[in-house]
Amino acid sequence: MNKVVNHVSDALKGIEDGMTIMLGGFGLCGIPENSIKELVKMGTKNLTCVSNNAGVDDYGLGLLLHRKQIKKMISSYVGENEEFERQMLSGELEVDLIPQGSLAERCRAGGAGIPAFFTPAGYGTEVAEGKEVRIFNGKPHILESALTADFAIVKAWKGDTEGNLVYKATAMNFNPMMAMAGKITIAEVEELVPAGHLDPNFIHTPGIFVQRIFKGPLFEKRIEQRTVRKKT
Amino acid sequence: MALDKIGIAKRIAQELKDGWYVNLGIGIPTLVANYVPEGMNVEFQSENGVLGMGPFPFEGEEDADLINAGKQTITVNPGAAFFDSATSFAMIRGQHVQLTVLGAMEVSQNGDIANWKIPGKMVKGMGGAMDLVASAENIIVAMMHSNKTGDSKILSACTLPLTGVACVKKVVTELAVLEIINGAFHLIERAPGVEVDEIIAKTAGKLIVPELVPEMQI
Repeated sequence: MNKVVNHVSDALKGIEDGMTIMLGGFGLCGIPENSIKELVKMGTKNLTCVSNNAGVDDYGLGLLLHRKQIKKMISSYVGENEEFERQMLSGELEVDLIPQGSLAERCRAGGAGIPAFFTPAGYGTEVAEGKEVRIFNGKPHILESALTADFAIVKAWKGDTEGNLVYKATAMNFNPMMAMAGKITIAEVEELVPAGHLDPNFIHTPGIFVQRIFKGPLFEKRIEQRTVRKKT
Repeated sequence: MALDKIGIAKRIAQELKDGWYVNLGIGIPTLVANYVPEGMNVEFQSENGVLGMGPFPFEGEEDADLINAGKQTITVNPGAAFFDSATSFAMIRGQHVQLTVLGAMEVSQNGDIANWKIPGKMVKGMGGAMDLVASAENIIVAMMHSNKTGDSKILSACTLPLTGVACVKKVVTELAVLEIINGAFHLIERAPGVEVDEIIAKTAGKLIVPELVPEMQI
């Protein structure tokens, strides 16, 4: 099975209006930036996007928000984005805010065939409304369900032709769980190498979870908060 | 005199213990990392997927792939590890992290905390805060005693949507160190030069004041 596609437009084939898409990344770190730009070009609408954040006003998922391509966001933190806040407060955009750990675990569970799980996170808060509560070890927990997606789009540092992926530093974040939870998972990578060139001991996402892989033509890698110290 | 943000961070740093894994939230909590007592080994966890966080990088050495949960560029210390978000919250939910320090908009006398939403005004989301407060055994809140309009943030009950219930153990503000025990704030220490009367006046929740309230040693 050939997983390698040469162009981002081939990689995203089949993504249609109204679909649910997972996108890896934390802030602008480790986001599939080439695929997001392609989705802007495609003009796909009414998307439900599962992503920890919603980008910034002029980058990442912010680009899709500006063109009103997103109907619903499932995220944990959406600050740093004025257009998002405007669309949410005006009711144009549906938003499901989920504790970050629950979001990660719901994606993992979706990929791992676990339909739901109990977690203490969110008990006694708005997040628990309408959810089953059960006591384990004397402590209340709420039932959270698994998340899956029509497509998961992830970004890795290195990938091979088998779809095996290696992430770099904190650009890993949600990418491995989302790779597991997509019916079709698309990986954009900085370096694409032939099978055998990645050490099997150090694969983060085994290729079984990846259906399509391509080398991203351009990684801008914007930094949201540039914090430095002076050399003394 | 009331403490500044650095003073609050320095006081919280006194709570650290050798060998602990610690998660620091955004804002004042982040500053705690700068005041780890000499000779003490503490590993900082950031929930976006790193253990062994180091200082900010030197100018020109920033790496877009290496950030903390505040999206700030960072470095890592020798022995650091990277991991995915599910593993990160396994560390947190599984109580492998010994101390969580975070900011708050309100704290109540039974240990409830609100810090993620002002209905109709500000909705940024809870990020990892709900997972952290629901699971951590040891939670310290770092914040100012009152909000910008002068209202106490230390209440009998929170008015804002909650982040977690009955979870906060200790609060460090510019005026005082408060412990939450059996549904009341207990005044443990006061900031250097701050009178107990001022703390009483600025605390809306139930406050237990012992006869002698020592000054913080910063």
